[in-house]
Amino acid sequence: MAARNQPMREALRKALREEMLRDERVFVMGEEVGKWQGTHRITRGFYEEFGARRVRDTPISEMAICGAAVGAAMAGLRPVAEMMTINFAFLALDAIVNHGAKIRYMFDGQFSVPMVIRAASGWGDQATASHSHAPEPIFAHFPGLYVAAPATPGDAYGMLKTAIRDENPVLFSESIALYPKPGPVPDDEDYLVPVGKGAIRREGADITLVAWARGVEWSLQAARQLEREGVDCEVVDMRWLRPLDMDLVYDSFRKTNRCVIVEESLPMYSFGSEIAAGIQEHMFDYMDAPVKRVSAMDLPLPYARDIELMALPDADKVVAAVKEIV
Amino acid sequence: MDNANGAALPDRDTLLDWYRQMVLIREFEETCYELYEEKRITGVYLHLYSGQEAVGVGALAAIEPRDHAITSYRDHGVALARGVDPGPLMAEMMGKRSGVSGGKGGSMHLASREHNFWGGFAIVGGHLPLAAGIALEAQYSGRDDVVLCLVGDGSTNNGYFHEALNLSAVWQLPVVWLIENNLYGMGTRIEEASGQPLLHKRAVAYGMRDGGRIDGQDVVAVNCALNEAVAHARSEGPVLLEALTYRYRGHGVSDRQYSERLRDELEEWKAERDPITRLGACLEEAHPDSRPAMSALEQAARDQVLAAVKFAEESPAPDAADLVRNVYVE
Ligand SMILES: Cc1ncc(C[n+]2csc(CCOP(=O)(O)OP(=O)(O)O)c2C)c(N)n1
Ligand SMILES: [Mg+2]
Repeated sequence: MAARNQPMREALRKALREEMLRDERVFVMGEEVGKWQGTHRITRGFYEEFGARRVRDTPISEMAICGAAVGAAMAGLRPVAEMMTINFAFLALDAIVNHGAKIRYMFDGQFSVPMVIRAASGWGDQATASHSHAPEPIFAHFPGLYVAAPATPGDAYGMLKTAIRDENPVLFSESIALYPKPGPVPDDEDYLVPVGKGAIRREGADITLVAWARGVEWSLQAARQLEREGVDCEVVDMRWLRPLDMDLVYDSFRKTNRCVIVEESLPMYSFGSEIAAGIQEHMFDYMDAPVKRVSAMDLPLPYARDIELMALPDADKVVAAVKEIV
Repeated sequence: MDNANGAALPDRDTLLDWYRQMVLIREFEETCYELYEEKRITGVYLHLYSGQEAVGVGALAAIEPRDHAITSYRDHGVALARGVDPGPLMAEMMGKRSGVSGGKGGSMHLASREHNFWGGFAIVGGHLPLAAGIALEAQYSGRDDVVLCLVGDGSTNNGYFHEALNLSAVWQLPVVWLIENNLYGMGTRIEEASGQPLLHKRAVAYGMRDGGRIDGQDVVAVNCALNEAVAHARSEGPVLLEALTYRYRGHGVSDRQYSERLRDELEEWKAERDPITRLGACLEEAHPDSRPAMSALEQAARDQVLAAVKFAEESPAPDAADLVRNVYVE
């Protein structure tokens, strides 16, 4: 397939723009998305191109943004709401979880909620505790909601299109650290990444690294380093935290019999816990070593640069974890 | 003698003290800006108070040491006006162990318990119910302390604002809700974010005292209005008022287009309404011998900030033990 090399930021912008051109019901709303061009520039030029009806600047009102997205979606529109950062989605947790995720079930299928909440996510850059989270697993806790977390520009493109076209509500996480990173983006306006399907990023025979979003980058870096030391890693990018492609993990694990789970989030009640639980339950006979997890430290994040870096996962920590079990 | 806004003029020493605080804040903020450009302060969030000095200084002069102050992430000026030493504040900007928050909070999360300065908070509106709770403790314990809560104009549109103000009215909590209306929440103008852009009028909806809209570039007017508001909060209950002001450095250091975007407006506010220039003019008119004293205060501010930078740069960074300390009370 023909593709162009683009940063993830541009891939997201392209996907969103094309979906707005394709479907009149799609509109965006959020803080500074219009006249300001979007804090992360995903909606750059949209206000000029689509106008104030479809590119809606809001007050700083996360609860109303997400709640109105639920209502507009129930009534037949396709809202794409932006949370300037995912930290602010905590203020709207009730609208997203108690309403967005449950309305379909609660009213036994009378309504659907085809909304997308896009949220800029991640730790680091001394953003400090209140502004440093990768809380996707919190959202993935709740049935009724899908959670997308792309690791590459191509996936960002295809997954955002899928999320917008899907009939279900999607929390769409975008890693701020990945926005500038380039990668191939297919030249196909109907390029869709199926909901709940992961991807193998690197094939290997000795150990499976399971990751999402930034964790994929750290895993691939670690795999390159470990290759020089004679360890052959397979890297699984889950892409969606819900639905979770456990079959892909199991297929890989049957081959390698070892696993390290890599994520940006906190360690307790996490993606890592979930994958590890699945492996011990379903792959017990294939296990040659305990499953290891690499995550952020179990702390709020500090401001000071050096200790902030100590608290965050990186490729070196992945390498160290792999060496403990191969 | 009255100033342009009709407020009675305090004595020379008081005016000079306000002048001292305002030039110190301006010097501190402009130095932070330079240090950030030179990468001696790092990170992504640094929200400066230049242009808004008269609000913080005039308002904080209206409360007693036993009273309480709390604000948003635009907190450097408020901390200085509360009397916090510039050294530990600058050390916090640089992420040092000697910073007011041990280098863990950074620019947006300054606090000094000993000054009853309860902090800068970076989630829009998040500190408003905290202010109500701090006021509740005073009321509950039978003291007559008041809480001064500074609120950005853009922060009046989420649920925190509504719930906190209503609660303070229902319980008659001793809070002064002071909106610092600098016309923008990031790039969004107040008229585009608020159905009722005269924000002080919301007091009526909550059944609390409406303290009106004041000229936030006139420290004397701010102080006069705040004296009244604090007295009301101390004896009766909450007050909402609004000071009209302007930020000179854009939303934060990453907002690099503001000087282009807002050029005419910015130049007008700087040229015609600068709070330091205005206080200087007011002082010179009332006390024609004040110029040398003002110049000495300007020099003292430069020296003090320079000393603060030196203190901060020479301080050690926090280490691995600091990283894990204070997650819980041990
Ligand atoms: C709940 C929440 N939403 C969004 C943000 C991002 N944000 C930080 S400051 C700000 C603007 C606030 O403007 P205002 O209250 O007027 O304060 P000012 O910066 O003008 O002092 C926004 C949108 C945030 N920190 N918290
Ligand atoms: Mg403002």
